[in-house]
Amino acid sequence: MPPHEDYAETLMMSRNTHIVGKRVDKIDSLGLATGRAYFTDDIYIHDMLHARLLTSPIAHARISHLDTASAECVPGVVHILTHENVPHIPYTTAGQGFPEPSPYDTILLDSKVRYIGDIVAVVAAETEEAAEEGIRKINVEYGPLPAVFDPEDALAPGAPIIHDEEYAKAVIPVPYHPECNMAADVYFSVGPVEQIWDESSLQFDHAYSIHRASHCAIERHTVIAYLDPDGRLIIRSSTQVPFHARRIVAHVLEEPVHRIRVIKPRIGGGFGGKQEIILEPLAGLISLRTERPVRLGMTRNEVFTTSRTRHPQRLRLRSVVDPGGVVSMLDLDTVLDTGANGSHALTVATNTGSKVLPLVNKVKAVRFRARTAYTNLPPSGAYRGYGATQGAFPLNVQMDVMADALKIDVLDLWRKNRIQTGESSPVFEALGEGTEGVSMEIRSCGLDTCISRGAEAIGWKSKRRKRSDDRFARGVGMAALMQGSSIPRIDMAAASLKLNDDGSVNLLVGATDLGTGSDTILAQIAAESLTIPLRKVIVYSSDTDITPFDTGAYASSTTYLSGEAVRRASEDLSRNLKRVAAEMINEPIAALRLKDGHVAGNERSVSFSAIALRSLYQESQEQLCGNASAYSEQSPPPFAAHFSEVEVDRETGVITVISYVAAVDCGVAINPSLAEGQTEGAVINGIGYALFEEYLMDPNGRMRNDSFVGYRIPSIRDLPAMKTILVPTYEPTGPYGAKSISEISINGPVPAISNAVFDATGVRLYHAPFTADRVWKALSAT
Amino acid sequence: MKIAFTLNGAAVETDAHPGARLVDVLRMLGLMGTKYGCGTGECGACVVLVDGKPMNSCLILAPHIEGHEVITIEGIGTPLNPHPIQEEFVKAGAVQCGFCTPGMILAAYALLMNTPDPTQEEIVSALDGNLCRCTGYVKIVEAVHAAARRLRGDIDDES
Repeated sequence: MPPHEDYAETLMMSRNTHIVGKRVDKIDSLGLATGRAYFTDDIYIHDMLHARLLTSPIAHARISHLDTASAECVPGVVHILTHENVPHIPYTTAGQGFPEPSPYDTILLDSKVRYIGDIVAVVAAETEEAAEEGIRKINVEYGPLPAVFDPEDALAPGAPIIHDEEYAKAVIPVPYHPECNMAADVYFSVGPVEQIWDESSLQFDHAYSIHRASHCAIERHTVIAYLDPDGRLIIRSSTQVPFHARRIVAHVLEEPVHRIRVIKPRIGGGFGGKQEIILEPLAGLISLRTERPVRLGMTRNEVFTTSRTRHPQRLRLRSVVDPGGVVSMLDLDTVLDTGANGSHALTVATNTGSKVLPLVNKVKAVRFRARTAYTNLPPSGAYRGYGATQGAFPLNVQMDVMADALKIDVLDLWRKNRIQTGESSPVFEALGEGTEGVSMEIRSCGLDTCISRGAEAIGWKSKRRKRSDDRFARGVGMAALMQGSSIPRIDMAAASLKLNDDGSVNLLVGATDLGTGSDTILAQIAAESLTIPLRKVIVYSSDTDITPFDTGAYASSTTYLSGEAVRRASEDLSRNLKRVAAEMINEPIAALRLKDGHVAGNERSVSFSAIALRSLYQESQEQLCGNASAYSEQSPPPFAAHFSEVEVDRETGVITVISYVAAVDCGVAINPSLAEGQTEGAVINGIGYALFEEYLMDPNGRMRNDSFVGYRIPSIRDLPAMKTILVPTYEPTGPYGAKSISEISINGPVPAISNAVFDATGVRLYHAPFTADRVWKALSAT
Repeated sequence: MKIAFTLNGAAVETDAHPGARLVDVLRMLGLMGTKYGCGTGECGACVVLVDGKPMNSCLILAPHIEGHEVITIEGIGTPLNPHPIQEEFVKAGAVQCGFCTPGMILAAYALLMNTPDPTQEEIVSALDGNLCRCTGYVKIVEAVHAAARRLRGDIDDES
């Protein structure tokens, strides 16, 4: 039996649901497993052009001369975009709501390049080969500028200024100082931080660093743009944010929103990387100029260097604990490297504090400072975990350090200090997404149970502190985690339902399934609310012409927020069903309820199908619909406790993760199989990040390992014995008690493995990734 | 140049540039289930069976396929008549975004045709060349075990 099969049963008994909480098959999975589902690149349009990118080979330079004459003579080359012939409208590629918290520091193609991989030109041709030949024939002369690759050097006086252009500006009132390479600056402080520090004898002060990484969705970023018969621009894109894409393309190309349609087909993974609006306006412009379909995709190398990455950070955490084990002060200071563009520069910084510091919630003082620096390296952006991954590392290692100093079990230190139901945190109010935060009381928290059940599953008591001097040393470590569920007062989602002849419904949602299974989750919520089988919910998602608005698939928002929109839309349809049914069975609406696809009164009942046939064909004809939006005042955190058991080879520094337990409180898991899948995928991604995924840069700012050979991601061989425990809680603000699940579990492996290595060897790893050479050096230094 | 080979059981003859890769030939023939993830044989999304062996179709030049037998994901099952391995991937929750799934299933298919009762290590070896970023592989392993049991007839075929 798979682990925790009993979960659905527990839930069924407690909530009496018929589809929510069940392990139903993902509704699109058979089409995917038979190779029939269409991704962006899986259509071929007659007369389609193929476009390729020319990217900068120099980290910082002005383009002194750009000659496309030879390229234009290449047979088959049809159109070339350069900085000389595109609109220069400042924007951010971040793919966020409006107005964006990320600075407008980008124009479509610029006369200055700021990193190796920066887009210089786009060539569209009859064939890919001709486009590549065209790229080779473009003659670019660069006037090199001094480059800066270290975020602290970039912030120091006298550093080369990366965004010296006049257009770079923040569009919301936040500190933004491109004149000193400062893309964001965040600060808050509550309570007497320095006083507590000075008066304490148990002070801890450690420096940490955590690195850049690539999302590595197996589907590369791809766009196909074409014009419909009315000349409207249709953009078919592997995007997480179709509605933001429409708005941003309209802005950049100076086209009205109503002239643009964005369609998201099946998506081959996103993880934050496809929140960026990079290719859409370029492909759109070519299609508008040539009046032909065009296909523009990144190569795998370009995905590494021209798309976006996780923000590397250098963090310093000062903390104070009293002898009784109460942590009284936390002071986290971090410098982020946002690379050459400030995409998510502010909000990843704030989330490094807001999604981490509230975990330890008995403090009398807490302070957070984050400065985000521009450098001449590949731009950072949204990446699953979104700052919480970076911040969870110092907090969890330092908890382990403090527990060790106090000679108490770190689980007890967590139990004593953790946030719990009914509590709030000053951090929630202080840190928002570009604005002040939102005060929030925790309504559901299963962290204590996550700790207990996770510890039991890993064998904590029998395996902890069994350090030996053997060559192969084993140890266990843990990490406590939180995330959020949507961005409060910013994100919104909407859903529409329409009733068909046979009592089935079409569910139209702006929510964007990236492969996560959100179409299935949303269908389950509709089926649950309407008391119909899952197969009677036909989902269509993410098409700006057809589906209602949704801010998109990011910030762990879809189940919580889009799910709530679907629940409310189902209620709306229920009201309409009852209104018609009341006339049909002559009973008062107040006496009616939905049951098994019928509206039942005290005496009689009528099927949805009968209601539909009457309302579509027979009497007072109307299309019965349900419509609703959801917007959140809160971002209830999911919680998790992760445990890893590692084996460290003292002679080589190689770490092997033997087993891994992720105990997660995501409220009610609408579909436990999918919730486990999100957790397992995030954990393995996190293990790769902890152990070997790393950008290797040469002294000129060039990535040396821009392929899956050089940049290894976990294969099936890297899978440890993995156990996921879903700890049920009920979140009263979420649909059927649900919170988010998608991001949280990528945050665990870095700290849990670091702490396990200490347990095994007595050596602390403060600098990720824990590659064999780094670990060997750390072991040798003792 | 003209290239003749067997595709999903049927003889085909098609025009292809001598430098074209098999993945491109298949996709030009409308078989879009073979995915293109890296172009350098590192991710396994384009795996097809050539004479029964799983191979990265982005590394095979079209002329080399002359006279050989190719099976793609479309050749082993359909939405209305899926192969048991496809069904077990669905049931186990082994399909998330699904972009790696066709290659993964074909690699599993090749394994199970020759090794009906694979060990964990045999599954790992067979699927090691297929990268998946979504699932963490846990449910993929479960799916292969379940498919193996079903193909051996250990449990009832429910279809």
